[in-house]
Amino acid sequence: MEDGYWLLGRLDWQALPFVRAWRHPSVSEWIGAGAGGLVVIAALAVLVMLTRRKAWRRLWDGWLTSLDHKKIGIMYVVIALVMLTRALIEAVLMRMQQFAAVGDPGFLSPEHFSQLFSTHGTVMIFFMAMPFLTGIINYVMPLQIGARDVSFPLLNSISLMLTAAGAALVMISLVVGQFSTGGWSAYPPYTGIQFSPGVGPDYWIWAVTLSSIASTLSGLNFAVTIYKERAPGMTLFRMPLFCWTTLCTSILMIFAMAPLTVASLMLALDRYAGFHFFTAEAGGNLMNYANLFWLFGHPEVYILILPAFGVYSSVISTYSGKTLYGYKSLVYATLAIAVLSFTVWLHHFFTMGQTANVNAIFGIATMLIGVPTGVKVYDWLLTLLRGRIRFTAPMLFSIMFLVTFVVGGITGVILANPPVDFVVHNSLFLVAHFHNMLIPGLLFGMIAATQHWFPKAFGFRLDETWGKISFWCWAVGFYLAFMPLYALGLMGAMRRTSEWLRPDYSPLMLIALLGALLLFAGFVSLLVQLGVSVRHRDRYRVPVGDPWDGHSLEWATSAPPPEYNFALIPRVEARDAFRQMKRRGIAYARPEAYTDIAMPKNSAVGPIIGLAGAGLGFALTWHIGWLAVLGFSVIVGAVIARSFVRETERLIPAASVREHHERWLDAVAATPRVPRVQELCPSNRGHAEPMA
Amino acid sequence: MSAARYSYVGLNLREQDAQAEHGAQTLIFGFWIFLMADLVVFALLFATYAAMSVHGVADGPAPAELFSLKMPFIETLVLLLSSFTFGMASLALKYSAKRSSLAAWLLVTGVLGAVFVAMEISDFATYISEDQAPPQRSGFLSAYYLLVGTHGVHVVSGLAWLLVLLVQLAVLGRVREVKLRLLRLALFWHMLDVVWVCIFTFVYLFGASA
Ligand code: HEM
Ligand SMILES: [Cu+2]
Repeated sequence: MEDGYWLLGRLDWQALPFVRAWRHPSVSEWIGAGAGGLVVIAALAVLVMLTRRKAWRRLWDGWLTSLDHKKIGIMYVVIALVMLTRALIEAVLMRMQQFAAVGDPGFLSPEHFSQLFSTHGTVMIFFMAMPFLTGIINYVMPLQIGARDVSFPLLNSISLMLTAAGAALVMISLVVGQFSTGGWSAYPPYTGIQFSPGVGPDYWIWAVTLSSIASTLSGLNFAVTIYKERAPGMTLFRMPLFCWTTLCTSILMIFAMAPLTVASLMLALDRYAGFHFFTAEAGGNLMNYANLFWLFGHPEVYILILPAFGVYSSVISTYSGKTLYGYKSLVYATLAIAVLSFTVWLHHFFTMGQTANVNAIFGIATMLIGVPTGVKVYDWLLTLLRGRIRFTAPMLFSIMFLVTFVVGGITGVILANPPVDFVVHNSLFLVAHFHNMLIPGLLFGMIAATQHWFPKAFGFRLDETWGKISFWCWAVGFYLAFMPLYALGLMGAMRRTSEWLRPDYSPLMLIALLGALLLFAGFVSLLVQLGVSVRHRDRYRVPVGDPWDGHSLEWATSAPPPEYNFALIPRVEARDAFRQMKRRGIAYARPEAYTDIAMPKNSAVGPIIGLAGAGLGFALTWHIGWLAVLGFSVIVGAVIARSFVRETERLIPAASVREHHERWLDAVAATPRVPRVQELCPSNRGHAEPMA
Repeated sequence: MSAARYSYVGLNLREQDAQAEHGAQTLIFGFWIFLMADLVVFALLFATYAAMSVHGVADGPAPAELFSLKMPFIETLVLLLSSFTFGMASLALKYSAKRSSLAAWLLVTGVLGAVFVAMEISDFATYISEDQAPPQRSGFLSAYYLLVGTHGVHVVSGLAWLLVLLVQLAVLGRVREVKLRLLRLALFWHMLDVVWVCIFTFVYLFGASA
């Protein structure tokens, strides 16, 4: 090993799960090897398919180097879906193990089980939830404010590619070496070098660092876009609520990602260079880690949830045919939540020894967040009141959210009592609580968003039947999978445990397993829905672009929209701008004149930085010096080289804008308007008959 | 739109059209936000240092045993002077047509920055070799090196940026992009000054007198 160190660092054969499984055969090792094999095969299959279809050029020019916010948004969602697949499989495996392991070691080694909850949690938060919401924001927000793109398109591409690099690192850890066993929060000193000498925590550190830097940059980009790129007349208080929640999420990203970056880099210094930030000796202080991590971690849950709140606001008002009730109160509630989210981080460690008074203050602050959240729930309910409700798939997810999220919120207020928390801290009660918040408060929102905006992005609707099947799986599956965990937690079952000694856990564990399988079926149904819809896309086409009688500007353009979004930047005169235009009969008006439009040229800088970032992360994980230097130099070099490029924009001549736009306007004129009762029929080509 | 609204300190972009002006505004605004996010990093490092310099001394030296004010004071003067010379560079950018005076002020700034970094490295070397105070010795020292080192790394990246801009001034001339970059580098440089003043106060002044 010594000879090759300069070349391969700490890499050796033992790093491969196949070799490990061969040398120490067991079910647990074979599952690890199988997962690694699956990743390799899937990657190869994608490469082969791309080559056979000669799609490399199209992929490179059309997608990877594109700076179009819509394409970047879609790529984010693709990353999220891939990672969701992995994390869901891990979830089902964990549920199987916990069911099988009542009075028995089960089929997974404790070590393997620990890796599963660590990767599941890390992937779900950083590589499923964050890319998903960043993707939806990327797609929708610029359209909603009437912009042509985000303020910094190249930075947007760099964020995307850094996120992809982090996700790739987590995937590579399936094939080379092992991931951390320290949970998604990676508390030292357990994750320090003394207790985790392997590469696991290093994978976590660098994957998360890539992702946190990417998210900081995305937050910056979105916030500047909202402040600077709104269409004329689009005052802040005329923005759709989704833009408000985006703004608050972005501000949280700007302020809250830094503590995570700092904490993980300090952990790296401890591990790599023998510093003493969080060690149990020489003046190290692990409580500082807990503080830094949750100084990020609590705002993070609002980063995750606020965009979904925005989605629900759009969905509920659209499918009730009403404007949003209490718009201003929703805005102020969102702002209040964003501010309060920085004042409660300590509730994640009530049990760690501060005085009762400190706990009491943070407990009360935590309960206070329930107030603005409650305001929102009432606003949504009042939007539904006397609306003409259409129970489409996104609407079903939204209603399910309302009910389920309130249940989760109530258990949150229960946990905010320090004395109660002392009893159920770190138990499955907590696991039930945060899944009860995150699944309705994030995942359902993102699914609703894809159902709602898919026709805008791809020009055809998604199949409703499969959407509804999927909905019922998610809804029923959620209750089956997580309600038993509340009970188990109260019975004393602790989280992150791979084996139980209490036979009376069995029935509830079985129900939870069935629920998890149903949830997985819900996910598969979404994929089936996608397949079915693509196959029958001609029946579902909505070229005019307004299939749901939408309220905001994204529906005012064709589906899919042109690269520049709007041939002419719309003038906004009221909230629910497009709805207003339709009512006043000025939607789809023919512009008098067209102008040239400047759009950013493609750039390879994003993919290059992403690749170099992944290389750097891998090199640091495995102590491969030359690769680390190379990765770092490529990143710096790419940035410097780019700064010498002066022609970064491309002009789209007015004539071609005109041609494209007039063709679409002709199609609009030729397409009959459909009333809402025909919303789900093939006759809905995206030209809505406005409701009275 | 009046041209005056768009004239930034140290820049003349009045000849530009409104579209380009909007781009410039957005760019500067975005950079302010970046600086804000960067300052959050420093705030966290200061907070960590505040805790560690009291509770993390372990059996290593305490701040009062380690720090003297002489070198940090000279470093402060050097860095403040470099901010002044960058200010002169900004004025040259705005009011002087001569390329050479701008480049000269920038060069002086760069030299001062490099002197600052060199002094800081020699400080670190002294602490490590003569005082047996490497970062591995205690939590306090870890926090000290990280805080001051992060500032140092920022100065180094500022220097690299300065170097690139000098090349661009030579190659591309005083074009809009380069002007805007100089403006942003100036903001960055002055921010580092402010952070350093905090370091001098909280780390050295408080530390040496405790
Ligand atoms: C949809 C079905 C899901 C199932 C069946 C599931 C199941 C599980 C299980 C069994 C655990 C381990 C519990 C333990 O420690 O004993 C877990 C942990 C966790 N899950 Fe999920 N989960 C699901 C979705 C999600 C989603 C959508 C998110 C976030 C967006 C998420 C985030 C987490 C986190 C952060 C942990 C904690 C990991 C740790 O202990 O460090 N999960 N989940
Ligand atoms: Cu929290």
